[in-house]
Amino acid sequence: MTRFLLPLAAFIVLVGFLAVGLNLKPREVPSPLIGKPAPVFQSQLLHEPERMLASQDNLGKVWLLNVWASWCVSCREEHPLLVELAKSGIVPIYGLNYKDKRDLALQWLSQYGDPYTVSVVDPEGRIGIDYGVYGVPETYVIDKNGVIRHKQIGPVTIESLEKKILPLIKELQG
Amino acid sequence: MIPELGNFALILALLLAITQGTLPIIGAARGIPSWIALARPVVQGQFVFLAIAFGCLAYSFVNNDFSVMNVARNSNSELPIQYRIAASWGSHEGSLLLWVFMLSAWSVAVSVFSRHLPDEMVARVLGVMGLVSVGFILFLLVTSNPFDRLLPAAFEGSDLNPLLQDPGMVIHPPMLYMGYVGFSVAFAFAIAALLSGEMDAAWARWSRPWTTVAWVFLTIGIMLGSWWAYYELGWGGWWFWDPVENASFLPWLVGTALVHSLAVTEKRGSFKSWTVLLAICAFSLSLLGTFLVRSGVLTSVHAFATDPARGVFILAFLVIVIGSSLLLFAWRAPKVGLGGKFDLVSRESMLLANNLLLMVAAGSVLLGTLYPLIMDSLDLGKISVGPPYFEAVFVPLMTPAIFLMGLGPLARWKQASLPELMLRLRWAFGVSVVTALLMPFIMGEWKPLVSFGLLLAFWVIATIFVSIRQRLNNSGQGGLFTKLARQSRSYYSMHLAHFGIAVFIIGVTLVNGYETEKDVRMEIGSTVEMGGYTFRFNGASPVSGPNYQAMRGDIEVLRNGEKIRVMQPEKRTYNASGMAMTEPAIDTGFLRDLYVALGEPLEDGAWVVRVYHKPFVDWIWFGCLLMAFGGILAVTDRRYRLKVHTKHVETATVADDKRVASNPRLSTGGKKA
Repeated sequence: MTRFLLPLAAFIVLVGFLAVGLNLKPREVPSPLIGKPAPVFQSQLLHEPERMLASQDNLGKVWLLNVWASWCVSCREEHPLLVELAKSGIVPIYGLNYKDKRDLALQWLSQYGDPYTVSVVDPEGRIGIDYGVYGVPETYVIDKNGVIRHKQIGPVTIESLEKKILPLIKELQG
Repeated sequence: MIPELGNFALILALLLAITQGTLPIIGAARGIPSWIALARPVVQGQFVFLAIAFGCLAYSFVNNDFSVMNVARNSNSELPIQYRIAASWGSHEGSLLLWVFMLSAWSVAVSVFSRHLPDEMVARVLGVMGLVSVGFILFLLVTSNPFDRLLPAAFEGSDLNPLLQDPGMVIHPPMLYMGYVGFSVAFAFAIAALLSGEMDAAWARWSRPWTTVAWVFLTIGIMLGSWWAYYELGWGGWWFWDPVENASFLPWLVGTALVHSLAVTEKRGSFKSWTVLLAICAFSLSLLGTFLVRSGVLTSVHAFATDPARGVFILAFLVIVIGSSLLLFAWRAPKVGLGGKFDLVSRESMLLANNLLLMVAAGSVLLGTLYPLIMDSLDLGKISVGPPYFEAVFVPLMTPAIFLMGLGPLARWKQASLPELMLRLRWAFGVSVVTALLMPFIMGEWKPLVSFGLLLAFWVIATIFVSIRQRLNNSGQGGLFTKLARQSRSYYSMHLAHFGIAVFIIGVTLVNGYETEKDVRMEIGSTVEMGGYTFRFNGASPVSGPNYQAMRGDIEVLRNGEKIRVMQPEKRTYNASGMAMTEPAIDTGFLRDLYVALGEPLEDGAWVVRVYHKPFVDWIWFGCLLMAFGGILAVTDRRYRLKVHTKHVETATVADDKRVASNPRLSTGGKKA
C-alpha cells in the first residue's frame, strides 16, 4: 500500500510549489530605471501638434507618466480610475500616446474622458524604448528631481493606487 | 443575441456534463440499468450544445462583433477571414472552449465506437470524462467566459497576435489539444478499471487504440509547433525547450511510455498497475501543461493571457482530479494484481527499462521546467533554465533507450537469450558502426558527435531490416510479397514509427553538426557565399498586406553561376498592434534548407541579412510524420476490427492474473512508481 502512495506524495509536493508560485510574479523583473533619472524626451502634444512638451518642463513637481493607446483594451480597465484621480487633483497625469494614430486616439479620449494634463505622442515607440516599455499600459511615478520612483506594469488598480502609488506620491510631495 | 445564445448553450452543456459525471457512475456501482443507459445520450447532447457554443463564438469573430470582449481583444476588422475563424481559439477563453469541445467530441467517439464493450464499463469511462468536462466548463463560466460583453462596444479590435497569423498556427493548437484531450480517454479507462477492479487483456485492448490516436495527434501537434517556430520566429531554431513546448513534450514522453506499456498489458497481462499509473500521469501532465500555460506561473514567450485568479481555479481543479485519482490508485491498485512473470532478459524487461528511461526523461524535463519556479518559491532568486541543461540530461537518457529500441522487437517475450540476440544482431551492429564512422566524411568533415548520432539512427534502421528478414524466413511458404502481405499491420506500424525516430535522429544530428549561419551587412548588389550557393541582395521594397505594411527583400540564389530562385523575406509591421514581425524566406529541399531573414535596415538601402544553410533539417519533421503514420497504421490493425465474437475467447486465454509472479523484483506491481 505505502509504495502505491508515493505518486500521491510526489504530487502533493508539486502542488505546494505551484501554490506558492501562483503568488509570485515572474514577469516583474524590477525595472533597472527605478531610482534613475527619467529619460529625457521632447515630443508633440496630441491635441496641439504644433506645440511640444519636454520632460524637463516637469522638474520641480511630482507627476505620473501613463503609457496608453486606443488599441489597448486593458487601458480601458484603468481609465475610469485615472479620470477620477485627475479630478481629485492630487497629481498631474501626463499621457504618452504609444504607437497610435492621432484621430483614433482623440476619438478614444472624447469617448472615455481625458484625465491627462496633456498627452504627448510617440507614434514610433522611440520614447517607449528609452523607458523600457514592454506592454501597454504602464505608469511611472516621477519625483521633483525627475527621478523614476515607481513603475506600474499593466493596468493601475484600486489596490495598487491605495497601497503603493498614492502613499508614495504623498511622501514625495511632502 | 448570438453571444448570449452561446453562453446559454454552455450552461446547458454544464448541466448535461454534471448528469454525465454522476448518474452513470453511480448506476454502474449500484447496478441500475436505466442510469447506466443514460451515459450515451447525455454525452451526445453535451456535444450538441458545446458545438452550438463554439459556433456562436466563431460567428461573433467572423462578424467582427467588437461588443464581445474576447473578439475586441483578439480580432480586427482588417484581419483576413481565415484568421478571424482561427482567432476563435487564439485567445485564452476560446482555446479552453476548444478544449472542452474536443473533450466532448472524444466522448461522442467513445460512445459510438464502444458497442462491443460492457455497458458498465462504458458508463464509467464516459462518467469520468463527464467529470473532467464539468471542471473545464465551470472554469470557462466562472473565470474565463468567452462571451463576456464589452459595453460600450469597441470601434475596432486590437488584433490577433501577429505571431499567430499563420496557417501553421491555425491547425497547431487543435492538433495539440486533440492529443492532450485524447489522453483523457486512456485516463478514463484507467479510472474505470480502478473503480471496477477488473483489469485484463481485454481492458488493455480497448484502451490501446484510443491512446494511440491521442498520441498520434500529440505527435503531429508538437511537430507543427516546432515547424512553426522554425519558419515564423526567424531564428532558424526548431526547438527551444521553452516551458510551453515542454508542457506539450511531457505528456508525449509519458504517452509514448504508456503506448508501449499497454502493448505488454495486452499481450502478456503484465505491467498492469504501471500502465494505470502511466495513464493517470499522461493526462495529469496534459492538465499540468494547461495550468502552466494559462496561470502565468512561468514566463514564456507563449503565455498570451495570464491571470492569477484563473491559476487558483486550475490548481484547485488539478488537486481534485489528479489527487483523487492518485488516491484511488493507492487504494485500488494493490488489488489489480501483478501479472505474468518474466526473466531479466526478455522483451518485457527491455520495454520496462525503456519505460523507466522515458519516465526519468520526463521527470528531468519537468524538473528543468519548474526549477525557476521552485527557486523563486524558496526565495533563492530568479533564474532561468536553458537548453544546455535539457540537452545535457536528455541525450544521455535517450541513448540507451534508442539502443534498447533496436533490441526489443527482436527479443522474445518472457525469456530471451542474450548470446542468441548478439548472434542475430552482430551484422546489424557492424554495419551501423562502419556506416556511422564513414558517413560524416561524405558531409565533408568528421565529427565525433555526428558519428555517434548516426550510429544510433543506423542501429535502429539495421535492426528493423534484421527483424523483417527473420520474420519473413519464419513465415512459411510463398514468394517475398506473399510473405510481406502476411505480416500484421501492427507489426509494420511499430517498425514505421521506430524508423521515424531514426529519420528524426539523422535530421537533428546533421543539422546540429553541419549548419552554417551568417549575419551580414548587404549593400544592394552585394553577394554572400554559403554551402555552395551564392546569395545576391537586390534591395528591399515596400509592400502592403491586408493588415500590415512590409519591406520585402529580393535575394537571388545562384548555384554555379546559374540562378535557381528568388527568395523574398519580409519585415512586417502590423497596423493594429504596431508589432514588428520577421517573415523569413525558406527554400526547402530533400537534403537541405536555405533560410533567409531580414534583420535591421541600414543606410542607402543596405540591410542586415541573416542567411542559414541547414542540411537535412526537414528530416526532423518528416521523422515525426513517420511516427504519426506508424500510429495510424497501428489503429487500423485488423484485430481492432474483429469485435464481439472474439472478445471472450481472448480474455480467457490471457488471464494472467492467476499466475503468481514468483520474481517480484521484476514484475511491475507498482514498485517503480
